[in-house]
Amino acid sequence: MNPTRPVFADLHLHTVASACAEVEMIPPLIVRRARELGVELLAVTDHHTVENAAAVQEAARPAGIRVLAGMEVQTREEVHVVCYFDDLDQAEQWQEMIWSRLPGLANRPEFFGDQYVVDATGAYVRTNERLLQTSTDLSFEEVFSLAEQWGILAVPAHVDRPRYSLFANLGVLPEGVALPGVEISRNLTPEEALRRFPSLRGLGMLQSGDAHRLEEMTNATLLKLEAPTAQEIRKALLGQGGRSVKILQASGGIAWTGGGEHGRTA
Amino acid sequence: MVQAVPLKVLAGSSFLDRPVTGGYASDMLSLVMAGAKAGNVWVTMQGHPNVAAVASLLGLAAVVVTEDSPVDPATLQRAEENGVPVLTTGLDTFSLVAELSRLGVRGVRSGPGS
Repeated sequence: MNPTRPVFADLHLHTVASACAEVEMIPPLIVRRARELGVELLAVTDHHTVENAAAVQEAARPAGIRVLAGMEVQTREEVHVVCYFDDLDQAEQWQEMIWSRLPGLANRPEFFGDQYVVDATGAYVRTNERLLQTSTDLSFEEVFSLAEQWGILAVPAHVDRPRYSLFANLGVLPEGVALPGVEISRNLTPEEALRRFPSLRGLGMLQSGDAHRLEEMTNATLLKLEAPTAQEIRKALLGQGGRSVKILQASGGIAWTGGGEHGRTA
Repeated sequence: MVQAVPLKVLAGSSFLDRPVTGGYASDMLSLVMAGAKAGNVWVTMQGHPNVAAVASLLGLAAVVVTEDSPVDPATLQRAEENGVPVLTTGLDTFSLVAELSRLGVRGVRSGPGS
């Protein structure tokens, strides 16, 4: 068995490819902020596109920061799910599939904002003119079943939010889906999340920034992984083979979640 | 109600005799859990299996899925098991609620004289 290594992570991050993100969300500034926060593992999770993932990966390489390609998918119930890929080609194939499940409308930048593809320096490359900020026609179950078929990691995003979330839109945890874990938003503690949603007990939790501006990036999630990959994050959420996840609040509190040796005892 | 609108029955046809206490319309299941009352008709576009679970939990009289939105087979199965009628219509939610209102179904928070 390879040794595990602790790494601070922020696994939900928007770039200027997301219509709702600020123009400051370009690769070099994201990397600078990650360094300030001591974050060594990022995931770029734009709305229905992976087009800026490679640029952030390139910008982060000299800083020793690993960047996963990811995507925030909106199910037809308007639940947000973050997906993580270990292979950029696969991410692009997934993007093709997802685009075929979107309504095929043009973005209206004056209403939603622009969707810019940029290079590693943040320079403009092109505009994505497709309407990305809307629902796919895939159900919550279908997204998770596709993720399983494709071998990618999928996690319900910001489950505590009053909209675009599992609990707001679907009320309770769906019976038919085996979730590897959940993401909670940056504004509450894991204890508060468990108090509000007792059914989360026993599930691994990630706390991510869902940053649309630099100050929203977070460093609360500490993962112990053998390698900085999506498959390793899955194992950490499930508490397998010495891998683990814990959330360190700014106040100094630590919350272990999920299974494994540290499950819910600390 | 089923004949007057009309609505198509997808599940729970043997449980259509329950008295209707009012109506509630939302696609956010968390709001339905907090706001709908026992015996209400719930109007939604959601066809997710959790719809049957929430309707059963609250003891709703029926669920009507609007705009012929897809209803998951698991939803129908759960609805049958839990005795929840699931109905569909091609009407959008606004138009259906107007029809139900015309038939005398009132919203849970309607004031007097509405």
